[in-house]
Amino acid sequence: MSMTLARIPQSEFKPGQGVPTGIELERYYDPETDQETMTINMGPSHPSTHGVLRLVLELDGETVVKCTPHIGYLHTGIEKTMENLSYYKALVLTDREDYLSNLCNNLAYSLAVEKLMDVAIPIKAQYMRVLLNELERIASHMIWLGTHALDIGAMSVFFYTWQDRDLVLEIKEHLSGVRTKTSWICPGGLRGPAPTGWMQRVQDFLDYFPKRIEMYETLLTNNPIWIERTRGIGMITAEDALAIGVTGPTLRASGVALDLRKHQPYSSYEEFDFDIAVGQVGDVYERYRVRIEELRQSLKIARQAWAKVNAAGENAPVRSADRKIAPPPREELDTSMEALIHHFKLYTEGYHPPVGEAIGAVEGPRGEKAYYIVSDGSNKPYRVKIKGPSFYNLQALPRMTEGRMVADVVAMIGSIDIVLGDIDR
Amino acid sequence: METTYTIWQYLFTLPVHEIPWWAEVFRSILRVVIGLAFGLGLVPIYVWLERRMLGWVQGRLGPNRVGPEGLLQPIADVIKLFMKEDIIPTNVDRGLFLIAPIIALAPVIMSITVIPWNGSKSWGAVAPGLDIGILFLLGVASIEVYGVILAGWSSNNKYSLLGGLRASSQVISYELGMGLAIIAVLLMCGTLGLQDVVRGYDLRQPHEFVAGTVLNNGQGLINVLPLSGTGYTFYMLDWSSGFWDWNVFRMFPFGLIACVVYMISMIAETNRAPFDLPEAETELVAGFHTEYSGFRFGAFFMSEYANMAIVSTICVTLFFGGWLAPLGILNQVPISWIQALTQTPDSWVPWWANLINSLISALWIILKLFTLISMFILVRASYPRLRYDMLMRFGWKGLLPVALINLVLIAISLAVQHSFRDSLGTAGAWWVGQIIAWALMLAAMLVAFVSVRKSYASRQRDIASGEIPADSPIVRHPVALALPALTSTEK
Amino acid sequence: MPESLAGFLSIPVLLFLIFALGAVSTAVSCVLTPNPVRSALFLVLNLFCVAILYLLLNAYFLAVVQVIVYAGAIMVLFLFVIMLLNLGSPERIPDQMKWQQPVAVGAGILLAAMLTVTIASSVPSFAPATSLPQTARRTTLDAREPGASQTMDNSAILDDIARRPETMGTPYGIGKNLYNPDKPWLFPFEMVSFLLLVAVIGSVSLAGRQTSEEKA
Repeated sequence: MSMTLARIPQSEFKPGQGVPTGIELERYYDPETDQETMTINMGPSHPSTHGVLRLVLELDGETVVKCTPHIGYLHTGIEKTMENLSYYKALVLTDREDYLSNLCNNLAYSLAVEKLMDVAIPIKAQYMRVLLNELERIASHMIWLGTHALDIGAMSVFFYTWQDRDLVLEIKEHLSGVRTKTSWICPGGLRGPAPTGWMQRVQDFLDYFPKRIEMYETLLTNNPIWIERTRGIGMITAEDALAIGVTGPTLRASGVALDLRKHQPYSSYEEFDFDIAVGQVGDVYERYRVRIEELRQSLKIARQAWAKVNAAGENAPVRSADRKIAPPPREELDTSMEALIHHFKLYTEGYHPPVGEAIGAVEGPRGEKAYYIVSDGSNKPYRVKIKGPSFYNLQALPRMTEGRMVADVVAMIGSIDIVLGDIDR
Repeated sequence: METTYTIWQYLFTLPVHEIPWWAEVFRSILRVVIGLAFGLGLVPIYVWLERRMLGWVQGRLGPNRVGPEGLLQPIADVIKLFMKEDIIPTNVDRGLFLIAPIIALAPVIMSITVIPWNGSKSWGAVAPGLDIGILFLLGVASIEVYGVILAGWSSNNKYSLLGGLRASSQVISYELGMGLAIIAVLLMCGTLGLQDVVRGYDLRQPHEFVAGTVLNNGQGLINVLPLSGTGYTFYMLDWSSGFWDWNVFRMFPFGLIACVVYMISMIAETNRAPFDLPEAETELVAGFHTEYSGFRFGAFFMSEYANMAIVSTICVTLFFGGWLAPLGILNQVPISWIQALTQTPDSWVPWWANLINSLISALWIILKLFTLISMFILVRASYPRLRYDMLMRFGWKGLLPVALINLVLIAISLAVQHSFRDSLGTAGAWWVGQIIAWALMLAAMLVAFVSVRKSYASRQRDIASGEIPADSPIVRHPVALALPALTSTEK
Repeated sequence: MPESLAGFLSIPVLLFLIFALGAVSTAVSCVLTPNPVRSALFLVLNLFCVAILYLLLNAYFLAVVQVIVYAGAIMVLFLFVIMLLNLGSPERIPDQMKWQQPVAVGAGILLAAMLTVTIASSVPSFAPATSLPQTARRTTLDAREPGASQTMDNSAILDDIARRPETMGTPYGIGKNLYNPDKPWLFPFEMVSFLLLVAVIGSVSLAGRQTSEEKA
């Protein structure tokens, strides 16, 4: 802007002159670039910052000159709290940090604990973990798609995706009695076998969902307004993304084929046949398409996992036989004294992993989710460090937003799919 | 009894120039009341319709608890808004903050005055027969944006300010296209009066106002003399008239193009999705009305919906035949039926015949209005929001050239028609003018196509030379390519 | 009330007085208000008052076009720029043109004197106006008396309308006068539009040159 107003030095003010007569919005004038900017505070309570993210935007007109994310408004101290809980009880906190990918967090934590204790998990439980994780990924991507579309103004998509997510939540509810924070994956396997009719319900969902993906693609993928709003927006190169530490679909959209399910297979993922969706451009649209393709791949994995679980038989064990980590079946308590003691010990004192450290990492819906646990030999973790993918992905935001408009910032926040519980922990 | 009948005649039936001033004042007040009831009284129904229809599209119910099918929900909302505290934040520009909602609502109510709801010269609108109707609408539409701008500026809130800025830049980018689309109708009809626009009036052609004259919209006048004194004109009921005579199909396809341009602009005018930039809730919280609460917010809300109704009615009036039925036979109760029923002579029809016919006219205009409102709602349910610069680009580079070229083509066609009318007759001149205009339109399309083709080719060149990234398909990697495979750490 | 005064204060004259007063007061407020947004709004109000004065002169077209063009388009742009630059109160800007105040006073006095002389010489007397002619309210449709003439030549009506002083300001009158090649207005009109076109092209080329410099 060529026409600017320099600030009047304090000495030139007469008494009563500086009192605002009308509207005096604060402005900053940068004499070096001859630019006057307006600072605007987006969040922590703003409709499209996906929680309590606070962005301080410096605007020139509607163009963003600088974007500074401020985090910490959802700090819950989960990592610290976990140090004061036994391993078994700390599990429920993993549901509550990234509250949209509960089962993936469960799995990462369980993998770390199982690695510490060197426990073998029955194969059916591993397949079930895969199945649940992929369902969770679908549910999480549904929330991402809905809120992302709502941010860009496509209102109806939000309601459709919410319905589909609800189907997954009902599947979880059928399994565990809880809709979101199930803690169903625990160190030693799963909490229990699937109830009657659950497999049928999952199959119904897997048969139903491909049609819905087609519908979302019809609504958005070739919509000219959608393309115009997302194409070429929020570009980030593969080098930048790797330097920042971006993971997950946000990284893959930039052209880096990194997926822990392939590179570091856990929980029998190496047995599954699936592809990684990788984009090239790394803009908002590419991230959208990568996630849509991931939905298809998730569906493919979930079908295979369903078949494997089904083939494993209804009575195959889903908990480790190691009584030190997994509780004995209910019927053993009536006949076995030893089982009763194990049960009592497990639910009061918990288990004592040997001294050491372990990291359990999974490919969550938002990227690499890792739990790093240090054990001092007691029944409580000495230190838990959570690697939240949203925290790293958010760091790409300032780089994306430079020179873009306010409306684009909203689209970018949606496209990196952050969860504030994952960032602040 | 005699006196009562005289007063009745003064108030309702006699022509304007035969009644005392107080009867004219009464009539004016009554018309204003009808207009206000039409403009504002229907707002709760639009709100209800929008919420239920959105619910239907989005697989949910919408409000269905208060009253039958939730019909009373908007009333309850209005009562709630009335009861809420009217918060005026500190450090706002108080005077402007207070009057901004009024400025937003007033032009909407003002535009009701010229919208005709039937063809009568004394009862057809709040101000029937105003011969600058279209200009009045344009003038009023151009000051509507002040409410938004002032609300945005006076709120002392940056989101509001951005909303106000967006509103003012939006208004200058779409209003040109809208004005040109309206002027296209003006040119086709040759009149500024809205009742005449609906009649398809063409002043350039000599008219014979005698029984049986067929007007440009295909309607036949059976008599121009005011029947039973109200000035309500009976039309010939003719199968040959109908929706194909509306302005939207006039001088095909130029009327249609103008209609499409107007309909796009009217969505922008009402700040509705996908052009709801000044109040984009995901970007600017609530935009220009972020700081408003209680009834002042209600005024903005109401003005948005009333405005929606007004621009839809203008669209109906300009392009979709106003109060006329889609088929001429459905326009009114045939005069012969009424005469057969009441056993009256040819020159006289009872007062209730006029009443019924005006109600039929009102019914048609309301039906068309609700069709357009439903279009608004479905568009809102379907499309993502445009970005600010996209709207500007769309307005300046899309709507404006199209409307301008359309207008020029209409003018050329009319000029040709005018000069050939004497030698070829009306129909022959129409064909000559239209064929020339069509040829020019094809040429313009060709030019546009070539330029698009050129830019596409240059884009392809840039992609080939690697300057800009190509629209690549999503690659499915069976294995990792970019990174060395890591060893498994899980047991 | 004396007879002559009552005759003088007819409704059009009263309306004229009200809106003329409004126009003057808003114009003065526009100059005197320190806040630029309010100043612009007073200018809008002033334009409205003048538009109503046009209406009282039966110049409907002029009145509405005044509202559309000035109030609706130009002043919106003014406000846009004022808000975009977020101009505060002028006290904050040091007055760098101190010399302009005496010059302004002198120019104002000169203008007032010229106006007085012009008005005094052109208005013969302050004869009380009666009321506007009834024909002013007629529309073109009303102009054909139903039954009086079943067939009317259209161009004759329009020519007649254009000639009448009370309908010269209507769209028909303006169109007939402005676009008639026999009258002297067509050439200046086209010249003005050409001038505007030149201005548009000039501004586009200026803006375009700036962007190309920025690129380089």
